[in-house]
Amino acid sequence: MKVELDINRQRHTADVEPRMSLLDCLRDKLLLKGAHAGCEHGVCGACTVLVDGAAVRSCLMFAVQADGYAITTIEGLSPGPGELSPLQDAFCETHGMQCGYCTPAMILAAHALLSKNTSPTREEIVDAISGNICRCTGYAQIVEAIALAGERMRGQNIKADQP
Amino acid sequence: MLAADDGARVIAGGQTLVPLMAMRLARPSRLIDIARIPGLAYIRDEAQHIAIGATTRQCVVESDAVVRAKLPLLAKVMPFVGHTATRARGTVGGSIVNGDSAAEIVLVAVTLGATLVWRESGNSNAIAATDFFLGPMVTALPLTACLAEARFPVWSEVRTGVGFHEINARQSDFASVSAAAQIALDSEGRCIRAAIGVGAATAVPLRLDTVAEELKGQRYEEGAVRKSLSAALNDIETMADLHASAAYRKRVALTMAVRAIADAYEDAARRP
Repeated sequence: MKVELDINRQRHTADVEPRMSLLDCLRDKLLLKGAHAGCEHGVCGACTVLVDGAAVRSCLMFAVQADGYAITTIEGLSPGPGELSPLQDAFCETHGMQCGYCTPAMILAAHALLSKNTSPTREEIVDAISGNICRCTGYAQIVEAIALAGERMRGQNIKADQP
Repeated sequence: MLAADDGARVIAGGQTLVPLMAMRLARPSRLIDIARIPGLAYIRDEAQHIAIGATTRQCVVESDAVVRAKLPLLAKVMPFVGHTATRARGTVGGSIVNGDSAAEIVLVAVTLGATLVWRESGNSNAIAATDFFLGPMVTALPLTACLAEARFPVWSEVRTGVGFHEINARQSDFASVSAAAQIALDSEGRCIRAAIGVGAATAVPLRLDTVAEELKGQRYEEGAVRKSLSAALNDIETMADLHASAAYRKRVALTMAVRAIADAYEDAARRP
């Protein structure tokens, strides 16, 4: 089956089996390896992408269902080659990552939060990433990174959806 | 299509069905995606009840002003339904037809006595939520039918309060035990109407009508509530799994229900 996907503001066509998940399509057909395959049944959150701005698990969505939506993956967040978005920058600065497996998904989940609310409380941050499992950091620096990015985005008046 | 292929299943958000497929617990021969059918996603205020279309996404219900004003119990549980990322795709109807006793929307449907409407080859059928759920993930929905709407009754009492508590391994994961309460008070703080439900402890959510009846005319008094709940839960056979034994579930069901009722009283008392 042919699908037309809008990924990171570019149109892609892919020939997929109806059963292929959006995650497998992104990774294996379009070679966008930033969305990670963790548990592949919707528990770990490592495969999170943005669908029309909302964080969604790409392992629980079939590629054919994604037709017509604006998909954003971690590859689409940076403002230019070699540059980092405020969130990516904050994750580096606060050591919000160790092995990096959960990181793209954490950043996208946080991105969805900050694009609606640049002054989240700690509880709101924790809630926004509660569906994402990190087995290294203990979450403290991740929460700190998101708070820092929010603070900078408020200061710079940058909206998260306009990197 | 459903009638032509008995292995076919309807999919909307897929937040339960796809994990079941990934674990090979479900092996549908064909999936019929109804997520983008216009006219199946809506929240309508119909005075006596709020009608919610089957494919209305959970994130929409979560932030809906009508739901918040008219269905405080549903509004209360929405943040507990999965995680932000699953609520972005998951639907109200999908949660109901999966019929998981641990699902918060299922618990609210049973507790408030919602009416469920399904369509089957052009005909509409309505059934009470209390008759709809038959066993663990088993419902009365015919294989060739598709849920269309859930109607949640609106309470007209001004001083209506709600409470909800659940216990789980990770915030917002499947509950081991959950409890919901909606209580209306008179101006003196006495209960005039109550609905109490316990989820995840038994194969289908349990509505504790005897407790609701006994609360009527009463102000909140923990000892009495506890006694009434103990009696109601005494003969109930609770489920056991890796996370929680049957005895633990029964004990926690009591505690969760006491807390939910206390919260509901307090919430109602705050209203003028």
